[in-house]
Amino acid sequence: MSSTHHVTTESKPVRLLLIAVAAFILSLFLLLPLIAVFAEALRRGWELFLASLKEEEAWSAVKLTLMAAGLSVPLNTLFGLSAAWLVTKFRFRGRAFLLSLIDLPFAVSPVIAGMVWVLLFGAHGWFGPWLAEHDIRIIFALPGIVIATVFVTFPFVARELIPLMESQGADQEEAAVTLGAGGWRIFRSVTLPSIKWGLMYGVLLCNARAMGEFGAVSVVSGHIRGETNTLPLHIEVLYNEYQFSAAFACATILALLALVTLGIKSLVEHLSGHTSNSRH
Amino acid sequence: MKTLRLIKLTSVLLASVAFGDELLNVSYDPTREFYQEFNASFAKKWKQETGRSLTVKQSHGGSGKQSRSVIDGLAADVVTLALSVDIDAIANNTDLLPKDWQTKLPYNSSPYTSTIVFVVRKGNPKGIKDWGDLVRNGIQVITPNPKTSGGARWNYLAAWAYAERKFGGDESKVKEFLAALLKNVPVLDTGGRGSTTTFAQRGIGDVFLSWENEAHLIEKEFPGKTEIVIPSISILAEPPVAVVEKIAKKHGTEALAKAYLEHLYSAEAQDIVGKHFYRPRDPKAFAKWSKNFPEIQLVNIDRDFGGWAKAQKKHFDDGGTFDEIQQH
Repeated sequence: MSSTHHVTTESKPVRLLLIAVAAFILSLFLLLPLIAVFAEALRRGWELFLASLKEEEAWSAVKLTLMAAGLSVPLNTLFGLSAAWLVTKFRFRGRAFLLSLIDLPFAVSPVIAGMVWVLLFGAHGWFGPWLAEHDIRIIFALPGIVIATVFVTFPFVARELIPLMESQGADQEEAAVTLGAGGWRIFRSVTLPSIKWGLMYGVLLCNARAMGEFGAVSVVSGHIRGETNTLPLHIEVLYNEYQFSAAFACATILALLALVTLGIKSLVEHLSGHTSNSRH
Repeated sequence: MKTLRLIKLTSVLLASVAFGDELLNVSYDPTREFYQEFNASFAKKWKQETGRSLTVKQSHGGSGKQSRSVIDGLAADVVTLALSVDIDAIANNTDLLPKDWQTKLPYNSSPYTSTIVFVVRKGNPKGIKDWGDLVRNGIQVITPNPKTSGGARWNYLAAWAYAERKFGGDESKVKEFLAALLKNVPVLDTGGRGSTTTFAQRGIGDVFLSWENEAHLIEKEFPGKTEIVIPSISILAEPPVAVVEKIAKKHGTEALAKAYLEHLYSAEAQDIVGKHFYRPRDPKAFAKWSKNFPEIQLVNIDRDFGGWAKAQKKHFDDGGTFDEIQQH
């Protein structure tokens, strides 16, 4: 502790000023909007607040949002794990290309991320006629919403794991091989324990984005009330209908879901900090 | 093949979660409140007549955007949009409904009409009385973008009709007038509701060119903040409705969809029409709510502009008068 004390050479007033500026910016840009959401939601009293949360359409939006996140997060966890395993433990041609491909969803605008699925699966899209023939609905239905969410949240788990696994190298796995362990055994007893906190962190980030995604989902949703409106879309609908209190009441649900995710995230960080400290 | 069957099964399951009949109405922005009440009225009637319960699902958005979604596969049983060109677009780009869809129901398939009026700040501080005032220096006019919004196309044509009469049909002067008007527009939102929010919620602009029903809704939602000004001339807007026949056939909802739209013309529904500040076709309902509908000289799209297809091509397609004026 005493050694870190001398690392900063700035004088006390400078440090205080920097802290004050940081605190001001944080409260202006992060805390104030959060307070505004709750204040606006409760502006017309608790009764209206609770009544708007009881609305059937609000609940169907919550359910749809949880379903979309519940389907896309496991899929992306599986994908992220295998992709990270592949690019860090093996060297092969096209590896760099694969790495940049993983980042693609971060690079394109969510509107495009939605529109490509309309191009592929829309009634006049590449696979549209075939889908119509087999009576399968993707766009403007749950599958489309899940696909768009999966696409947008694709990189979170992989991006969290790749640097971590890169720094760990393949030495331990190679040692395990020489001791005669099989692939699944190596993964379970060697790789997974050393990446579990990074993995959890990636899953939580992925979940936060999956629940909050607006742009891409908006394009493929069709905005059918009580059916294909996710929570963020439902909030926009309410706002456009002058139901400001109800809109912000739903926004508080979303904010609470985000806060819970953030809470778990800090807990994970706290715990992982402990274990890595005790190990070193 | 197994996953295919699984996807099929889920979509069937999802579709049948609600028991009884189901109908999807794809509509435009300002009809939300109206259809909420109308749907309840029709569901009651349907239950009485058939003993079956009915859930009507609604989707709302800018009229042009909604038409695009139906073309892309949004499975609407009925469409209730702002302009006939938006339903024409579906008929022209798909085989979902016949080209003569507009002849299937009375009054050009438009069970209610509306018009364009001005909304100004309380007390009308800028003294805005008519279209001529909109081109004055320092007046800020709020209207959405005619390229994307149905309401904005009506606005544009109403202003055109005023100028045409004022300048005795001299088209270059008419274009100058519209150019001056558009110069006074600080924000071109993409849809009607966006413009309403700009004017009423964010407090930008002196005058908002609005659907008549939306203008009354603003008065209700923001009491004491605005008032309505009726210009000397405006345009008769006929928002049309149609059964999307191919989809209804697939869903087995043909009779239901037809009965749903026909109910719009009933005495009961026409009363709801008037209550939500749309102009009813039924004279009785019109008389009952007439205090909300001052007499305005209304130009007619078919008579004065040669129909929507022609007006669309001349004014709003790429290279039309709107583009020409914007480039000045």
